Amino acid sequence: MAEDIDRSGTPLVEMRDISIAFGGVQAVDRVSIDVFPGEVVGLLGHNGAGKSTLIKILAGAYKADSGEILINGQKVDIRSPADARTHHIETIYQTLALADNLDASANLFLGREIVGAFGLVDDSAMEAETRKIMARLNPNFRKFSVPVSALSGGQRQSVAIARAVYFNAKIVIMDEPTAALGVHETEMVADLIKELKSQGLGIFLISHDTREMMDLCDRVSVMKNGALVGTERVEDVTEDDILSMIILGKNPKREAA
Amino acid sequence: MTDTTGPHPGRSRSLFAQLELDLRLLGMIGAFAVICVLFNILTGGNFLTPRNLFNLTIQTVSVAIMATGMVFVIVTRHIDLAVGSLLATCSAVMAMTQTAWAVDLLGLPLGSPALAWIAILAGLLTGAVIGGFQGWLVGYLSIPAFIVTLGGLLVWRNVAWYLTNGQTIGPLNETFQLFGGINGTLGATWSWIFGILASVAAVLALFASRRAKLRHDFPVKPMWAEGAVAAIFVIAIMGFIAILNAYTIPARVLARQFEARGLAVPEGFTASYGLPISVLLLIAVAVVMTVIARKTRFGRYVFATGGNPDAAELSGINTRLLTVKVFALMGVLVGIAGLVASSRLTFHSNDIGTLDELRVIAAAVIGGTALAGGIGTIYGAILGALIMQSLQSGMAMVGVDAPLQNIVVGSVLVAAVLIDIIYRRRVGG
Repeated sequence: MAEDIDRSGTPLVEMRDISIAFGGVQAVDRVSIDVFPGEVVGLLGHNGAGKSTLIKILAGAYKADSGEILINGQKVDIRSPADARTHHIETIYQTLALADNLDASANLFLGREIVGAFGLVDDSAMEAETRKIMARLNPNFRKFSVPVSALSGGQRQSVAIARAVYFNAKIVIMDEPTAALGVHETEMVADLIKELKSQGLGIFLISHDTREMMDLCDRVSVMKNGALVGTERVEDVTEDDILSMIILGKNPKREAA
Repeated sequence: MTDTTGPHPGRSRSLFAQLELDLRLLGMIGAFAVICVLFNILTGGNFLTPRNLFNLTIQTVSVAIMATGMVFVIVTRHIDLAVGSLLATCSAVMAMTQTAWAVDLLGLPLGSPALAWIAILAGLLTGAVIGGFQGWLVGYLSIPAFIVTLGGLLVWRNVAWYLTNGQTIGPLNETFQLFGGINGTLGATWSWIFGILASVAAVLALFASRRAKLRHDFPVKPMWAEGAVAAIFVIAIMGFIAILNAYTIPARVLARQFEARGLAVPEGFTASYGLPISVLLLIAVAVVMTVIARKTRFGRYVFATGGNPDAAELSGINTRLLTVKVFALMGVLVGIAGLVASSRLTFHSNDIGTLDELRVIAAAVIGGTALAGGIGTIYGAILGALIMQSLQSGMAMVGVDAPLQNIVVGSVLVAAVLIDIIYRRRVGG
């Protein structure tokens, strides 16, 4: 996916010098990453490298100890998941973050319910909207009135994805979106990423699958022990280069140069 | 994304499935019916009399009102062991307000109707504040609800003792006593009117929901099934009113009432108690709580938080504040239950509400509220309270020893949860 991405302007999102510590552990150490409109940036690294923590700061789940976040060049203050949502940042968590006891539309609209007269939630309207977006994302989906605990892994994933794309997201964060999926469903997620990209959204993608990342991402940022090893355009590096960045914590190409 | 769909609308389904009735609800009604018939046989036909059913309903009200709030508490994965003690504190505040505090402070004469309303307000406020405070300890200071309310169980019982210096306070204000049951009933005519209005409202609600579904082209039940469900509702409501109206005021009570007005009872005159105001209160609480659970954002968040607290938080829900609200709502309901309980007795006593926490939790759990959180219904909790109460009074009527009564009730609680677990495993959710 080496189409030309204009990186001359202001990035859609820029995270600058972000640090956060839990107890004595420096989980993220002065990391800077950015994403431009229509770009997919992959975050790679071992478990515990700090990828998910970094991304949760952008999603409002954690508050950084230091550093700043800029959206379209404007400094923003993200203190809660609700703040992130008002900045059109949507997150698909690895755990999917679904309330298993509620149905698909209740999950899709959780925290942003459609209310009618007297402030009462309008279930029919929400189900109708859910049916519309599902018809686009996953036309086979028909289990609208059962709790999501009764859905398959792929169906649950499509509910989580629908929630991220329904509310006019500008920035989408995907934490291991394909980890629990079969081949066919993984393809569906890949197609969706390409579609969102073509609509000019900025996407942060976390995955362990280096091959998949080479296919889907425009740039990859590699982290190790909470620090950023480097950010490279995928066309400039090989899979082996990336692996050695992940494992050794240094970029062989840059070392050689 | 492969998909195995459920029964396809339009394909022929069994008559029963087309009615789309709730199996769990049917099971509970079935259990209740079995209990009623069994005790009716054992008591030689004394259980299913209008008089006993009237008493059964007014005995159930207090616990049933609290059980609706306990559903929310348990659904959010908490517990409230302090409801019985808090009921005593609310009851003590109400009793003291109407017999001493408001009398001294505002100079109102004892027995004035205004005193009753001031007392009720004070009682509900007490419940809300104490409940909210316990919720704050749980939500913001992260003390487990079990510990907070276990402490509350001791604290509020004895706060009540201090408020009244351990005295029994009574008789309570006559206006206040209207909420207790037999001292405040609608009489036959108004009961019928209420029944008709309730039937109309139930049918309208059914068809409004059908219209909303049709507007979005969702599958709906066939018209005959909708009509059958409506008919069941109307028959149940009117049948309930008919039973209550069949309980007539005993001749000696009538004679006393007429005597008080200096009249004699006319030949062949009878009058019914009809619907007790306390039961009306329970119905109102049930409707409001059901609407809150199903149709408000607050209710949606209560269930979402119970199902997955992390997901709720990541969706921008303030789960700490939600905990405060849930416990405050529980407190208000405890206040209402305290009103009903003390006015039924016509006095406040120190031991009012003792062991109610266990009855309330049992009612919610028998009614299908899952202690793991996320699942529970308001109607289930009320039915659970009714089942518990009918077991208890049925055994008392048969003459079962008090210790054995408690042994049976305790065993039924455990058995009910076991059945629920098996049912959920079969049905899946």
